[in-house]
This record gives sequence, C-alpha cells and structure tokens, in this order.
Amino acid sequence: MDHSSSAPVDYLHADRGIRSWIFTLDHKRIGVMYLVGIAASLVLGGLFALAIRTHLAIPALTHGTTPAASVPAVGEPAAVAAPEAAAVQADAAAGLAAEGQAPTAASTLQETPPRYLLTPRQYNRVFTLHGAIMIFLVIIPGIPAALGNFVLPLMLGAKDVAFPRLNLASFHLWVIGAVFFLAVLFTGGLDTGWTFYTPYSTTTDTRVVTAALGAFILGFSSIFTGINFIATVHMLRARGMSWFKMPLFVWSLYATAVIQVLATPVLGITLLLVAAERIFGLGIFDPKLGGDPVLFQHFFWFYSHPAVYIMILPGMGVVSESISTFSRKHIFGYRFIAFSSVAIALLGFLVWGHHMFTSGQSRLAGMIFSALTFSVSIPSAIKVFNWLATMYKGSISLQTPMCYALAFLFLFGIGGLTGLFLGALSTDVHLHDTYFVVAHFHYVMFGGTLVAFLGGLHYWWPKMTGKMFDETLGRLGALAIFLGLNLTFFPQFVLGSRGMPRRYFDYSLLLDRHPEFAGLNVLSTAGAFLTGLGFVIVVICLAHSLWRGRPAPANPWGAATLEWQTSSPPPKENFLRPPVLSESYDPYYLDDLEYDDKTGAYAGVPLGLA
Amino acid sequence: MRRRLATDRYSYSHGQGTLPAAMKREALSHNDTRGGDTRGGADRRAASAAQAARAVPASRGSEACDLRRQTGLFAWGLPLAQAGGSFWLPDPASTTAHYTDYLFYAIFYISAFFFALIVVLMTVFLILYRRRDSRSKADKAPSHSTVLELFWTFVPVCIVIYIFAAGFIGYMEMRTAPPDAYEIRVTGQKWKWFFTYPTGYVDENLHVPIDRPVRLVMTSRDVIHSLFIPAFRLKMDLVPGRYTSTWFHAVRPGEYPLLCAEYCGDNHSSMLAEVVVHEPGRFEKWLEEASNFMKNLSPVEAGRILYQRQGCAQCHSLDGTRKVGPSFKNAYGEPVRFADGTTAVADENYLRESILVPDAKIVAGYPPQMPPYQGLLDEDKIAALIAFIKSLSDAHADEATPPADADEAPAPDASP
Repeated sequence: MDHSSSAPVDYLHADRGIRSWIFTLDHKRIGVMYLVGIAASLVLGGLFALAIRTHLAIPALTHGTTPAASVPAVGEPAAVAAPEAAAVQADAAAGLAAEGQAPTAASTLQETPPRYLLTPRQYNRVFTLHGAIMIFLVIIPGIPAALGNFVLPLMLGAKDVAFPRLNLASFHLWVIGAVFFLAVLFTGGLDTGWTFYTPYSTTTDTRVVTAALGAFILGFSSIFTGINFIATVHMLRARGMSWFKMPLFVWSLYATAVIQVLATPVLGITLLLVAAERIFGLGIFDPKLGGDPVLFQHFFWFYSHPAVYIMILPGMGVVSESISTFSRKHIFGYRFIAFSSVAIALLGFLVWGHHMFTSGQSRLAGMIFSALTFSVSIPSAIKVFNWLATMYKGSISLQTPMCYALAFLFLFGIGGLTGLFLGALSTDVHLHDTYFVVAHFHYVMFGGTLVAFLGGLHYWWPKMTGKMFDETLGRLGALAIFLGLNLTFFPQFVLGSRGMPRRYFDYSLLLDRHPEFAGLNVLSTAGAFLTGLGFVIVVICLAHSLWRGRPAPANPWGAATLEWQTSSPPPKENFLRPPVLSESYDPYYLDDLEYDDKTGAYAGVPLGLA
Repeated sequence: MRRRLATDRYSYSHGQGTLPAAMKREALSHNDTRGGDTRGGADRRAASAAQAARAVPASRGSEACDLRRQTGLFAWGLPLAQAGGSFWLPDPASTTAHYTDYLFYAIFYISAFFFALIVVLMTVFLILYRRRDSRSKADKAPSHSTVLELFWTFVPVCIVIYIFAAGFIGYMEMRTAPPDAYEIRVTGQKWKWFFTYPTGYVDENLHVPIDRPVRLVMTSRDVIHSLFIPAFRLKMDLVPGRYTSTWFHAVRPGEYPLLCAEYCGDNHSSMLAEVVVHEPGRFEKWLEEASNFMKNLSPVEAGRILYQRQGCAQCHSLDGTRKVGPSFKNAYGEPVRFADGTTAVADENYLRESILVPDAKIVAGYPPQMPPYQGLLDEDKIAALIAFIKSLSDAHADEATPPADADEAPAPDASP
C-alpha cells in the first residue's frame, strides 16, 4: 500500500477487505478464489476416497477368520485361504463378532457382515459423493477456472477477460452449486453414483433433486467460463499476437471452452428432466411411466464423454508449457499440438456410445462408436510424441513443475493406453464396469488432470503469490503422489480384468474363488494413504512458501510467454504498458533469455516483444 | 515366483493355445453348428469331454485347498497362482472367451511396447540432456518435422484399425447367438437373479448344458442390472421394460461365479449367483428333478427352496436377525404392529396377503420395499411358503420338521 514507491501495487494489495475479494472483477482474484474453493473440495473428496479405500481393505484383512471356520457344519475350509498375516489382525475383530452371536446358528455368519468401516448405505453415499465432488467441483473447473482464469489474460497480454462480471457470476454460481452439494451431504446423501443412472435415480429415496440442481448450477458456472474464454481469445489478444503466436495452454483452453459451451447444456437439460420426472412423475426415463432408461445414458454421456476432454485438454496445455520451458527448448510441432487439441474437442463429441457397449444398444451403434473412439486416440498420441521430441537435445532441468509434467507423461501414458482395451468392443464387454475401468479413469483423471493441475499450480505459483516454494519439498510431494497413485491404481487393473466389479461394498463373498483380490485391495489401500501423504507434503510446501518463501522474480523459469514479462505478482491491470508483439515474436523462442545466478531469475526480453 | 510363472505358461497354452489356429477352429465349428452339421457338434462334444477330463476343478473345492496347503502359498503376492488363469485374466471357459483373451493380450503387448518406448525415451533424454550448468541452453535442433509428424500419426492409425477390427470380429461372435441355442429367461431384481427354464421352472442359479450353446433373454423388474460371468468374458445389461439377449457356449463343466456389474443399490455386491455347467447328458436329468420339486418334497421343504429361489432370503432372515424386512423366525401366530398404528395377529391370511400385496400392511419400523408377488406364485407355492414360515415358529412348529441350518449363500441344489 506504499503509494509513494515507484513500483506498481500488485493485485493482492491493490484493494483491501473481504468485499474487495468477493465482489472483485479482477480475473486474478477470481482465479485465486476458485483455487481456494477447489482445494477445499479436493480435501473433502480426498477424505471420501480414503474412507472408501480403508473400508475396502477390511474384507481382505478379516476374510476367513470369521467364526465360520470353527463351525464344522459349514464344511468350507475357507479360513485356509486367508493370508496368515491377516489372521492375526483380524482375530480380535472376529472374536468380538463371535461373542455377540454365539447362540445363533451358522446362518448368522453369512448374514452379518464383519465389522466394516461403513454400512452398505454409507458406502454407496460415500463413493457417490467422492465421484460427484471430484468431477463437478474439482476436476472440471480445476485447470480452466482456477489456473486458466489467472493465466489466460496474462498470456494474451490483456487487462482482463472479455466479460469480468460474467466471470464473477461464474464463481458465485460455483459456490452456490457447492452449497447444494454440501446440502446433499448433510440431508441424507445421494446413492446413485455420480452418473445418476435411471431408473435407479428416479426411484431412490436419496437427495437426487438437490444434487441434480447443484450439478445444473455448476454447469452454468462452467458455461460462463467457456463463453468468457472464447470471447477473450477472439477479441483481446495483444497487438501482433496472431492465432499461431498464442501459447499452447491458450489453445487447449480455447478447445476446452468450445466443449464447455456446446456440451454442458445437454447435461443441464438431462438433469432437469430427471428432476421433473421425480417431482411431477413425467415418464421420460422410468419404464414404469412409459420412459426409456437407456435414453438417459445417451443424454448423460453426450455431455459426460466430452467432459472428459474438458478435464484433460487443459492438463495437456500445462504440460506443453512446462516441457518446453524446463527443456529450455522450442516446443516441437506447435501446429500439430494446437490442432490436435481442436481435433480432440471435435471428435470427443462423437464417441459417447462407447460407455454403452453392454447396454443393449445395437451392434451397428457399437461398431460405429468403437471406430470413432479410436480416432480420438490419434491426436493424444501425436501430443505425447511431440513432447518427447521437445525434450530431445534440450537442456532439461528437473524442477517441480517438470517433475509433474514427466509424471503426467508416465501416468497419462498408462491411462491412455489402457483406453485401447476399453475402446475395443470384445475386450470392453469383459472389462466394462469392473475395477479395470476404475483404474483407467483414475490414471487419466488423477494421473492426468490432477497431476497436471498440481504441475501448473507449482509452475504459476510464483506468479500468483509472488513467492518461490522450496524445490526439495516440491519434488518430494510430486514423488510421493506419483508413487502412491501407481500403488493405488495399478493393482486395480488386475482386480478388474480378473473379474472384480466396481462399486462393490463387499467382495468377501468372492474371496474363496479369488483369493488374489485380498492382497490387491490391500496394496491399493496402502497406495491411497501414500498419495494422501503426498498431498500433505504439497500443502506444507506451498504454505511454507507463503510464510517463508523468497520473493519471486518476474521470470523464474525462463519462459517467453507474456505472463512472465510482468512482475510477480502482477499489478491489478496486469501490464504497465500493454505488450505489443512484432512479427518475430515466438512464445517458445527461449534463446534470448539469460539465467542470472545472482538473482536466480531469467533476464532479457523475448525476441519480438516491444 | 517360479511357480507362478509356470502356472501362467500352463494356462496360456491351455486357455489360448496358438491363437490364430484356435480362432479358425472355433469359427469353423460355429459354422458347423449353424449349418446343422452333426459331425461338427460331435467333434466339439468329444473335445469338451476331453477338456473336462483334464480340466482343473473350480478352485472352490477341497482340491484347491489341498493345493494351497501343499504348496504353502499363503503369502499375499502369490494367490494369483492358486486362483487359476493367467496373471491378468481368469481361466476362460466359453467358446468366445478366446476372442477377448487374444485381443486383450495383443493390446497388452502393443501398449507395453509403446509405454516402454515413452518411458525409455523420457529417461534417456533426461540423462543425456540434463542441464549441467544453470546457464546452459539447449543445442540447436529443429522445432518441427512434417515427416516425423506424419510417421507418428500413420503408425498409430494402422494399429488402432487392427485393434478395432479384432474387437469388432469378437463382438459380432458374442452378440450373434447360434440358431439352435437353448433359451433361458433371466430376470434381475434387487438383489437376486431368477433363471426361468423352458419347463417354467425358476432357479436362483444358472444351470446349463455343456453340449449346446445357451441364449439368455433378459429383463429387470426394477433398476438396471448387468449379468457378468468373468470366466465366459460375458456381460450384458438387464434393462427394465425391454429385453436384452446374449449367449455363450461353455467348454468345461464346473461352477463359475455370476455377478451383477451394474450398480443397483444397497446389496449390489451380494447380487451373486453360480453358473453350473453340467457334464454332458446330466443337465436334462437335473432339470427334470428340479422342476418337480413341488411334487417330490414336503410343503415345508419345498417352502425352504422357494424361500431361497424367490428372493425372500435377501431381506428376511431365519434366525431373528433384522434385515431389510422382518425375520421369519417366530413370525407366525405372533401379534404384529403396523406403521399406521394398528395391530394384527400374523395368521395364514396375513402371511398370504403380505406375500402377494406387501404394501397392504407395512410392519412398523420397516421400509415399504418388497415387490408384490401377485401372479408370480401359484397356490401350491404360496401354501408351501406359509408352511415353511410356520415351521420356523417355536410355538407352532409341531407339524413341521425342525429346520436345518439355513444357508444364505447362493449354492446349487443339485451337483453338476
């Protein structure tokens, strides 16, 4: 607030008071508020995930040690199958169970499940809310609304987004949507799965209408962001910034925005129809009222498959930025990466039926959707090879954002390649609705989107906060998350392909035939806790930087995109003088930037920047 | 470790053999079936019998446990070896399973190759081109190459065309039932399977012959369920208000798990059944005996079977345990309090009404969740169920034999 100094006041200190945040029109502040909200949702969704994994370790640890083993009449030497290590731990629990039910016959043993963490009703609510929160509140808005909001105008050399009030409205809608989800949580929960499949969702007695309205509102939040980004990219590029001088992150956000605007209304309409069916008894999806439950799946996936690309495309954009910057090298195949984003966005609209190969849809439809699905894999492959080619002959520095980018390559590699199993018709029939699918989409959504989100957060953290974080802690967090994520989800591929269906409250009845499920589930749970530890390290690292971090220079990583050509954190109006680009400007030409050991920053002006 | 590898190799050759040849053979034998060529069918029967002879029994039996004891495979890393099948997939047991397994492993090796390529390149670049001095810059290198781009577009295109085609061929086999298939109707209901045979007999497990293909015509009474038989690589949704169908031809006698794969509510994970593949010639005998259980058994015993088969067991216990609905233990002859505050004594008429029109009177403290059985049970069956419930009453069981241990787990009533 020192107005006498010649340095401009940064956006964090430009205004004071809570109202200056809640009703701000500054895209940077809105981005920061989104970040806080998304981080809080991530913690909530993560705790649900830990509850699920803890619950699912228990059948493995207690199986075969129930008193069933001591009743000869049952004649099933099931206890033999139990791992010795588990026997010791579970004896205590089994003993308790036996005490209470000693007088009743063997039948009780089957009817009363061992003491699990959750009851079936709780378990079904927890996995539903884990999915709904993570998808609607965290992953979909994660990169575009938090990081994109902050970075997009800066990258374009603009003062703000095209419609600052719409931007604020989008955030307020996000908060209202989140409140609806919390209301669901505190008024009895939701047990439909995040997919709201009918007729289950039209007949369950849980809070479907509240959740559907919440998702409807969040949908509008997403649409507003999309409209804003499209208009901003079209209208507010700096003078001289032609389409092919835009950073690739902007291209990915643009492609994402197109999907957000075109696909989200379908989800909104579908959820309204579900609500209308429940409230007014309209027969749309429930066959008892003359509706068609499979119609819902078509509507739902018409949005929710493109939504997968809303989630992953911005992540790919972050990776494009990081890999070029930390290899100190021009991105390889700029145009192919840019156009592959657009191709993914367009082709993504044509593949929704691959979620429905076993739904009874016709063989012809199955064939067409399978073929189209494979067409989406090509642009993704192009991106991966271009990233690798960018590293070739680079000068690679393993700073934290680069660690996340490389983790993304590894994890998205697994997530993408396992998609081939699910796009192919015959293998999908076996793998559909098993843990193989769970593992696949967690590798893509968590290993892809969330890891890219964390990478982007570390990459732009100095710009957002004006503070540098501790590299050692940052890398340690990335490593723990990378290892934990693999340990959690890789065993689930094996679980799924060997026949364990998803959304199972209890798999102990399968353990006699599939003793391998026990160990795989325990491994997965151990991985979940390691991942949780990784997140704790990330929080410590970032919190520590706010407290003790050294002030960030304008350009700590040596990137040539425009957001690094203003101070960290930027002034309220982003640039003191609007940047003007000449013909020779190239967002990935890094050779004019020199590292200065004394300041720990890159000095110099990128070629073609006035 | 060595032991597991050995098992892998065994099941690989056993389950898949030389795949292209196996695929051709199977395709031929299907054509034979469609053409009604008896020689093909006989060949296949002989082959199934031979396979049956050397087949490992389902690992549920005592043999499997002996194996576990002998080999001492108690550690967690090793149960895969006991469970049969390869590392990734359970033992295949249907004629179409190898289409899936073949493609699964084809994609697996393709993916493994590309994944290794990505990781190796990444690691090599990371080591070769690490930043040695914080001020060093990258060497000069081209920033685009249309030839390279086209190369790494074209190669994946060829590979995915192959994967698509292989998946499509297998899928068409799975979705096209042979015309001579034996038809069984499948009905799903929270959280129970009903298999209706051509005689009209309904069983809770899927009993099938080994010497002919079986077509399932399926629907659901409430929400969407999905029939999943991992050993047959088979899955198809059961959608209320319409029929879906699928088919399979089992190749090895034995019992295989059948699961619900589409989330359907609280007890989704216990909506399980067995597929019982009978030895050649034994299925017909089983069906005849099973279809006549009402004639051959006393009402109480028949009622006990109906209790399992009609889905009562999912919600009503036999020992006083509270489940979704009230227990049958001591239900008969006792006063009941209803949700509207009225009371009644549970006599035969009350039990009959509660079975046929459950929502007529709701017992206080229980949700109105039970589906009506009006039209689903004939008089003999209703009488048998009531006799069975009576037999569970300590005060009124005088005319009934004392109940044996109830077994809630889905278990077959006749051995294959």
